[in-house]
Amino acid sequence: MMIRANGLDPSVLNDAIRKSTEVCEIEGCCGQRFLAAGMAHKDITIHGIPGNALGAYLNGAKITVLGNAQDAVGDTMNEGKIVIHGNTGDAAGYAMRGGKIYVKGNAGYRAGIHMKAYKDKVPLMVIGGKAGSFLGEYQAGGVIIVLNLEKPQEKCVGFFPCTGMHGGKMFLRSACENVSFPAQVTACPAGAEDLKELRTHLEEYCQLFELDIEAVLSAPFTVVTPDSKNPYRQMYVAN
Amino acid sequence: MGVEFIYPEFEVIRNEARCITCRVCERQCANEVHSFSEARGMMISDESKCVNCQRCVSLCPTRALKIVKSDCVLRENANWQNDTIREIYKQASSGGVLLSSMGNPKPLPVYWDKILINASQVTNPPIDPLREPMETRVYLGKKPEKIQRTADGNLNCDLPPQIELSMPVMFSAMSYGSISYNAHASLARAASTLGILYNTGEGGLHEDFYRYGSHTIVQVASGRFGVHEDYLEAGAAIEIKMGQGAKPGIGGHLPGAKIVGDVSRTRMIPEGTDAISPAPHHDIYSIEDLRQLVYSLKEATAYQKPVIVKVAAVHNIAAIASGIARSGADIIAIDGFRGGTGAAPTRIRDNVGIPIELALAAVDQRLRDEGIRNNISLVVGGSIRCASDVVKAIALGADACYIATAAVLALGCHLCRTCHTGKCNWGIATQQPDLVKRLNPDIGSERLINLMTAWRHEIMELMGGMGINSIEALRGNRLMLRGVGLNEKELEILGISHAGE
Repeated sequence: MMIRANGLDPSVLNDAIRKSTEVCEIEGCCGQRFLAAGMAHKDITIHGIPGNALGAYLNGAKITVLGNAQDAVGDTMNEGKIVIHGNTGDAAGYAMRGGKIYVKGNAGYRAGIHMKAYKDKVPLMVIGGKAGSFLGEYQAGGVIIVLNLEKPQEKCVGFFPCTGMHGGKMFLRSACENVSFPAQVTACPAGAEDLKELRTHLEEYCQLFELDIEAVLSAPFTVVTPDSKNPYRQMYVAN
Repeated sequence: MGVEFIYPEFEVIRNEARCITCRVCERQCANEVHSFSEARGMMISDESKCVNCQRCVSLCPTRALKIVKSDCVLRENANWQNDTIREIYKQASSGGVLLSSMGNPKPLPVYWDKILINASQVTNPPIDPLREPMETRVYLGKKPEKIQRTADGNLNCDLPPQIELSMPVMFSAMSYGSISYNAHASLARAASTLGILYNTGEGGLHEDFYRYGSHTIVQVASGRFGVHEDYLEAGAAIEIKMGQGAKPGIGGHLPGAKIVGDVSRTRMIPEGTDAISPAPHHDIYSIEDLRQLVYSLKEATAYQKPVIVKVAAVHNIAAIASGIARSGADIIAIDGFRGGTGAAPTRIRDNVGIPIELALAAVDQRLRDEGIRNNISLVVGGSIRCASDVVKAIALGADACYIATAAVLALGCHLCRTCHTGKCNWGIATQQPDLVKRLNPDIGSERLINLMTAWRHEIMELMGGMGINSIEALRGNRLMLRGVGLNEKELEILGISHAGE
């Protein structure tokens, strides 16, 4: 079912999505916020540019954006998939606790901040281009991958990646000689086991964006993990 | 025992003539103060571990025990007091930030105690609440500014979502993790029976408590622990926590040691991992950003739930509240600087923020001046200790109050202020199964119900005395209040006259 978004208020548009068939398309989307907030059991394709907080609290729905997305994509997302055939703005995947976000292009500041995980519920974010500063700040779980496919000669991530990271894992497709990491994480070249894990994370991504997985995996990767689950334990004295 | 040795703060006094060496004190103390000396055939104690929680005192069958403040102190000095010196020793040996629990214990002014309530004499008769109807029910949420009619002239009764409370008091946020399962069970059950709400805090909602959802406020804070669609749908209202009175401007930090079992599952982080709530919401740097979070929550719940924005009482609180009132939020909760906590840096708890009485008066006045008071309800917390505090808060302009310290006291807390150790002997601020089971939710909820029922009677008595039979008629009715011993500036901010005026 096709929904024409022109001039519709976000809540009206969300209502239309709720009432539409399971598989639906939105045409002429232009900045409407909160699309598909909290939704499950939907497969939504968006033509145009959705506004901030696309797929917030997403609960199982699949969203494909044939263009760029703005800030706060997949905020506190629980389950489902968001595929962006373009760039995404700041704070993508804030506190994500499940599901997948695939970005073909670049991500803004604070992507994957405070991502979590619990047992088999492990969120995944793959960024095909570069990521802005504060990537994976406070990361507590899940997997963040930055591929920097377009301009590999440039820095793959901005300043202060992994600040406060205390869980999860990050893969950066770069030797990261020009990236400075905080003291409480370990960044080292990906080994055979890491590459095996990477392959499982990247299979669907490469299929979606028609990339050759061998070519993607052929470059050096840096894997970043926190040294401790309790980085701040020493800071306090009971009073 | 080196240079920094300081005599323990408390002494354990054991009356040997009464002690029957039943060893109850030993079993009851998670801090391991008491032990039995085989050699001497008697109980001995290591008072350096004692936090004065009074558990052993309360359970000693022969009343053989008492805990007293030690009089072995350093030479008196009004400037360098014992606590100050003790803190310096602690930091000199550890290099750590001082960490404390519960509310600010410093002798700063309590304005509630300097405000007096009116009563009717001669010209306006008092009402007897035992014999006459008295309404304590309140509704929180946006109220329409004027009567609206539909096209055919009928009244349009569509209101934005409202919370109904049988009395203007709710249990404020305490997370599952900072307090125990049994403490949460007690609060949830009591709130349901009383027709009020309790608040999950930022720790998610245990699956067993979804059935109390219609009496639950679900909280969304910067760490977003336990937040997902079902959780948002479960609550009667959603609270965005921007700040907390005990620690304005900083986030939360539940140590990995408390992230065990169900706590880990409810928060959706692995066992043993620290639960860090960053100081800011990193997607909120402005009122416009706040509006975005408010509306994303409303969208996710189809505009069926009121959204509360909770902030700490700080210097420019009136301007901040005005911004929040325009963000689309339905309710503002303001937490004063005496609010409790499971753990906060001592310096922040004791020095940051302002008294709730002043914040409330300033906010209510500002929202009235700007003509937006009806856009939003006002809930205040941060050491509401009794029914008369509630009445004074309502008269200063609050719609309802949040209580937490009073609620945990009802559950058995003895305010020893060591929640951060996780060894609460009363089964409240702990996750140790042997300690948690000491708090029986049947008894806990009953005690909370007793407390609130008593407060409700007292509120009605106070209202009746003023000749007011509906709590709505008391709200913002500052003529019912007088200050005593306050200077002109304080009276001006509180918007009340001095006693005798």
